[in-house]
Amino acid sequence: MFTHVDAVAGQLGRGLLLTLAMTALTFTGAVAGGLVVAVLRICPVAPLRAFGAGYVAVFRNIPLLVLLVLFVFGLPDLGLLYPLFATVTTAMALYWAAFVCEVVRSGVRAVPRGQAEAARALGLGFGQCLRHVILPQAVRPMVQPLGSIFIGCALSTSLAAAVGVAELTGQAEFLTLRYDQPLTSFALTTVVYVALTLTSGLVAGRVERKLAVAR
Amino acid sequence: MKPLTKARRDDIHLLFDPPGPRARRRIRIATAVSLAVFAALLAFAVRQFAAHGQLDADQWRMFCEWPIIRFLLSGLGQTLLVTAVAAALAFPLGGIVALGRLARNGPTRALARTYVELFRSVPLLLLLYVFLFGLPGVGLTFPVFWQLVIPIVLGNAAVVAEIFRAGVLSLPRGQTEAAYSLGMTHRQTMSGVVFPQALRAVSPALVSQLVRLLKDSTLGYVVSYLELLHQAKVLGEYYHAVLSTCLVAAACFIAVNSALSGAASWLEARRA
Repeated sequence: MFTHVDAVAGQLGRGLLLTLAMTALTFTGAVAGGLVVAVLRICPVAPLRAFGAGYVAVFRNIPLLVLLVLFVFGLPDLGLLYPLFATVTTAMALYWAAFVCEVVRSGVRAVPRGQAEAARALGLGFGQCLRHVILPQAVRPMVQPLGSIFIGCALSTSLAAAVGVAELTGQAEFLTLRYDQPLTSFALTTVVYVALTLTSGLVAGRVERKLAVAR
Repeated sequence: MKPLTKARRDDIHLLFDPPGPRARRRIRIATAVSLAVFAALLAFAVRQFAAHGQLDADQWRMFCEWPIIRFLLSGLGQTLLVTAVAAALAFPLGGIVALGRLARNGPTRALARTYVELFRSVPLLLLLYVFLFGLPGVGLTFPVFWQLVIPIVLGNAAVVAEIFRAGVLSLPRGQTEAAYSLGMTHRQTMSGVVFPQALRAVSPALVSQLVRLLKDSTLGYVVSYLELLHQAKVLGEYYHAVLSTCLVAAACFIAVNSALSGAASWLEARRA
């Protein structure tokens, strides 16, 4: 394997780039989607509330791999054929949005009730109360769980290898089959994943300290 | 006082006052609009299904035939078997690792910590590939069942260890101090006082972990172990009905996992 250092580094590098891109897109999509679902779950319109609750119930309980198989092999049967990368990323963002929604909800619950009551007593409406009073205080308890979700996103992108995306895990498998030095390529890939998760954990801790609110 | 306590249970009313006449009208309009949008989406989905022949009888009739049902049920059985065996191994292993992390002996602590950090940050699929492609290369080959179960156990034991540790740390210090002052040794304190209480505290989290184990068992799809997802794939390809079998399998997974999640929140509520 050591005679192929360049080729191997190139393969793993490409895999890593794909993993990072997928993680970033999935996480961004999941946060945006999760916020929307969280707002739907607490809004006064009953059908939207029911939709939010149903969404979370379905997407929290379906295994991600089942969702990926459904999207990648099932949707083309409905004439909905999109590029593989887009399909996989969308499925993962939809999956993680349900978890982000639950984090947002528990973050909002962590804000003392009096804050919302005071805001309403001052005449703030639903949107104003959420934007100026609740969310700024709810963000801090959400940082650590969102960090865990980011790590979860990063690790779950490896499942894309099972449906044919050549990201980091897929490249590790490919290199193993190609160069017959399995333990080396797996060790390298493991190091990359550990570095990725440790960095995310550190960043989450730093952001949390930055966002500390004095009460 | 009564409306307040009712509202307290209902976090919907946290963010806005009880709606007045004008707000009620707006809510009614929004309800009508959202129902119309949902109806349109449903109509689009049905049209899309129908246009591609996914609503034809031959896509769905097979789910009424006993051999097919039995085939899928055997897959579900294998899924549950993998989950149960993995849980039976991962929970005790996680407990041992948690004990290691709480030990007074420095090297044991460091070892347990390394285990947790490593296996929490390696994707399960990569671990599975190690057992599938890596270890056979150095002469270690496991039967398919264990190629699936061992990685799941190794990965989940790290998470379970952290759950146990959080449970132990959440106990009041006084429990340990009281046990020591009664003359109990570290081992007696852990096994007789701390762990039983921690176990009760984390039981909802452990039941939720079962959901994750069940999700992980779908990786049998990768090692060609005949669990539910793999069975569904085989069936779907044989009958050219990938979408319908996938949807049926997804419904099964959601049903079982919802039951587990429900049990977890029931435990949580009973404890509170």
